[in-house]
Amino acid sequence: MSLAKITQVKALALAVPGDDIDTDRIIPARFLRCVTFDGLGEHAFRDERTGPDGKERAHPMNSAQAARIAAAKQGVMVVGFNFGCGSSREHAPQSLWRYGFTAFVGGSFAEIFFGNSTTLGVPCLTLSKEDLAECDAFVRANPDVEVTVDVEKLTVSAGAKSWKAAIAASARDGLINGKWDPIADLLEGADSVAKTAGGLAYVAGK
Amino acid sequence: MAKTLFQKVWEAHTVRKLPNGQTQLFIGTHLIHEVTSPQAFGMLRDLGLKVKYPQRTFATVDHIVPTNELKEPYSDPIAQEMIEALRKNTKDYGIRFFDTTTGTQGIVHMVGPEQGITQPGTTIACGDSHTATHGAFGAIAFGIGTTQVRDVLATQTLALSPLKVRRIEVNGKLAPGVYAKDVILHIIRVLGVNGGIGFAYEYAGTTFDGFSLEERMTVCNMSIEGGARCGYVNPDQKTFDYIKGKPFAPKAADWDAAVARWASFASDAGCQYDDIRIFKAEDIRPTVTWGITPGQAIFIDEKMPALETLNAADRQTAEDAYAHMKLAPNTPIKGTKVDVCFLGSCTNGRISDLREVAKYLKGRKVSPSVKAIVVPGSQLTAIQAVHEGLDKIYIEAGFEWRGAGCSMCLAMNPDKLVGDQLCASSSNRNFKGRQGSQTGRTVLMSPLMVAAAAITGQVTDAREVFKV
Ligand code: SF4
Repeated sequence: MSLAKITQVKALALAVPGDDIDTDRIIPARFLRCVTFDGLGEHAFRDERTGPDGKERAHPMNSAQAARIAAAKQGVMVVGFNFGCGSSREHAPQSLWRYGFTAFVGGSFAEIFFGNSTTLGVPCLTLSKEDLAECDAFVRANPDVEVTVDVEKLTVSAGAKSWKAAIAASARDGLINGKWDPIADLLEGADSVAKTAGGLAYVAGK
Repeated sequence: MAKTLFQKVWEAHTVRKLPNGQTQLFIGTHLIHEVTSPQAFGMLRDLGLKVKYPQRTFATVDHIVPTNELKEPYSDPIAQEMIEALRKNTKDYGIRFFDTTTGTQGIVHMVGPEQGITQPGTTIACGDSHTATHGAFGAIAFGIGTTQVRDVLATQTLALSPLKVRRIEVNGKLAPGVYAKDVILHIIRVLGVNGGIGFAYEYAGTTFDGFSLEERMTVCNMSIEGGARCGYVNPDQKTFDYIKGKPFAPKAADWDAAVARWASFASDAGCQYDDIRIFKAEDIRPTVTWGITPGQAIFIDEKMPALETLNAADRQTAEDAYAHMKLAPNTPIKGTKVDVCFLGSCTNGRISDLREVAKYLKGRKVSPSVKAIVVPGSQLTAIQAVHEGLDKIYIEAGFEWRGAGCSMCLAMNPDKLVGDQLCASSSNRNFKGRQGSQTGRTVLMSPLMVAAAAITGQVTDAREVFKV
């Protein structure tokens, strides 16, 4: 299986502010009533975007900027801290990715969300609190300026600005070497797996 | 060298180091359910892969099952489609399925322990963030995404990086009317909803020593609500006694060896922790959430926080929370009107929860303004409860007695809040919209506090209502 090397994502950006945004908000549970991930994109942040009366609410995902990202099928979402907490549902990054987001920049990410995203080839980079505030402000003020998320150089830059970014070394390695989906490596280790399994009494039935 | 349980289990299950620096970790037990597995089987088929160790994966159905409809086809065609997809997948690949027809179906985190599948010193993964529940037995158990479900099916391994270990000690005896649920809500309140990122939580201290396995499960269950992907309690005699005799427990000749092996996984005296936090049981009072994250919690007799007392980031979340909850800062939560009461979930839907509440419920009546439902977490729990006559106590009091499943914990089945109803809930998440209505409101609390809310129609102190 050969995968693209993801060293850099350069695209328009959308700021979706707020800390502790959970995966129930990103994709409400009723959209998990399905046996494929198809069609999840249009429901990303559904209940934040649409009120109980069926009317659109003021939410970044209802903006013209979001529509441009959806049309381009690439975009950077700038978020707060502990983004993607709560349920492990991969439906959450799947819905954002299918919508058009191809990178996330934030203060911190919940672990399972982070793993689910990078395994899709969607980098999640973190910035310091101050830099994130600056990046967030820049993105809002300059909707037409593309943001570059550089996974290799560990920077996020836009216009004349550049901020130092971070990502777990193993995730960076996977993305830039085109090995963000670990399945090939895992399959390769089959003999070692059998050995480990054999050494575990509860698996080997000893 | 002295080691933690986490380190020992990690080492025993390490297959090799991967080129990217992560560990290929063997997953001893894989649990699946209908929501996060169908896409994984789809990927497996697309890649032309087989299930490598079908006898190490166990399936059940919990999220979408209706709790008031026992006959199939269900009136909800999507629920029917999802259960049938799981039937087909488990049949095609030779995986054991605890189906609704077997009398053993239930919430995945209840089925593992009930069957004796959950054992100390093992690794357990499931496409569900509350998998840490199984850590109560001294297992390293954690939630995974659907692509990782595929990885486990295809290879019985995952690519992971080790976690740091934070020991959370709680010492002393809880006051009457204070429960394991209050302990974990309090821990999350203090350490924060993201305080556990990067950590496994080791729960210890005399309070945990005294806890039953079911109480330990309640605490481990909510580790993820504190940001920790995994939480565990070191195995002890209580753990072994709980497992003994269960269908998948080691039998006769193998038993003693298994117990010796399990005991050897407990953290060694003098091992190094990355962090240690200590709590006193006496300091903990019945706790309820007032906001939209599990960390937004207070003791029942406290006022909700004034906005001025919060730092900028917490303040923003709090403003959002107050607006959603329709509650006012710096006022008591006690006395808030309740519309729905939900007793159930993988946090508090076990037999000990049902027994404890039933003890106080005799002779009391649910307020006419409240809809109260009790949903045993598993069929075995329901059968046991009926055997003990608990169902009659609940029905007599005015609760609806339902079939097993996740139900109103996340409302993927017909059990949902309507409009901005406020629900006193024994579940684990108070996220916006979690209980099926976009404007619905959730207040998390212990099962006895849910019962007190049901009777009074208000968020209230169970200790006063029941003279605990
Ligand atoms: S009871 Fe709730 S938290 Fe537990 S597995 Fe079901 S939906 Fe998830």
